[in-house]
Amino acid sequence: MAIVNKRQEVVQKRPASWTVRTRRALEGNLPMDHLLPDRQPYYVGSWVYVFGVITIAALAWVILSGVILAFFGPQWWHSSGVGRFVNSVHFWSVQLFFIAMVLHLWGQYFMAGWRDGRAATWMIGVVIFGISVLTAFTGYLSQQNFASQFVAINAKDAMNSAGIGSFFNVLNFGQMYGLHVMLLPVGVTFLVVAHLVMVRARGVVKPIDPEGVVLP
Amino acid sequence: MDAPTTYLHWGFILISLPNLIVMGLMIVIFAIALVAPFPHSDKADNGDRE
Repeated sequence: MAIVNKRQEVVQKRPASWTVRTRRALEGNLPMDHLLPDRQPYYVGSWVYVFGVITIAALAWVILSGVILAFFGPQWWHSSGVGRFVNSVHFWSVQLFFIAMVLHLWGQYFMAGWRDGRAATWMIGVVIFGISVLTAFTGYLSQQNFASQFVAINAKDAMNSAGIGSFFNVLNFGQMYGLHVMLLPVGVTFLVVAHLVMVRARGVVKPIDPEGVVLP
Repeated sequence: MDAPTTYLHWGFILISLPNLIVMGLMIVIFAIALVAPFPHSDKADNGDRE
């Protein structure tokens, strides 16, 4: 008995490992009823909150159609009917993604969605927007048609004048295609997941006091 | 399809008609989202999560 007590004492004194610290942090900050809620606050009953969901749905279609395009390649998406269809789904899903993302941005801006400890959530959204623009840009450069050549030739001067043309070469199809199908989508997806988890952890921001009173 | 689109030009502002239409539609959709009634559920709580 004494041995067991001594062992418990040693275990309690020992600093927790990183797995234990991570587990405790997740249990404290992200309980399952926050991660997968079945109820939302009454003020979430507005169509403004649907824009974020539409953005995620559009991203899912972008990724799905992008995986199919990457598998079959440029010859297929230019020459076959099904390929052109999947290419169009990819393109129009991106249009929907950006429109919904900007509407989501407007909504969060006017409700000051960064309040009450949500600044990091807002800033990650800003970074997602920036990386998405870069992803779309490299996507235009990866089309393998005259439009992509036109964009690349014009962008080359802009990149050179910005001083980044030597390591971000828009005339290098392999570099642009690699960035478009791997690094940038992984970045967007990872940050979207982080953005979503942070929203779940803290909940949706409460409306601004209609009386206009801001308490310290 | 291959013809260049219409551009609108006021002073230093130069914008294509399709882009202007998309921006106008986005503003209209945003305004509708603010005022359109949202179907409510009895399960909504009071929002006291923290």
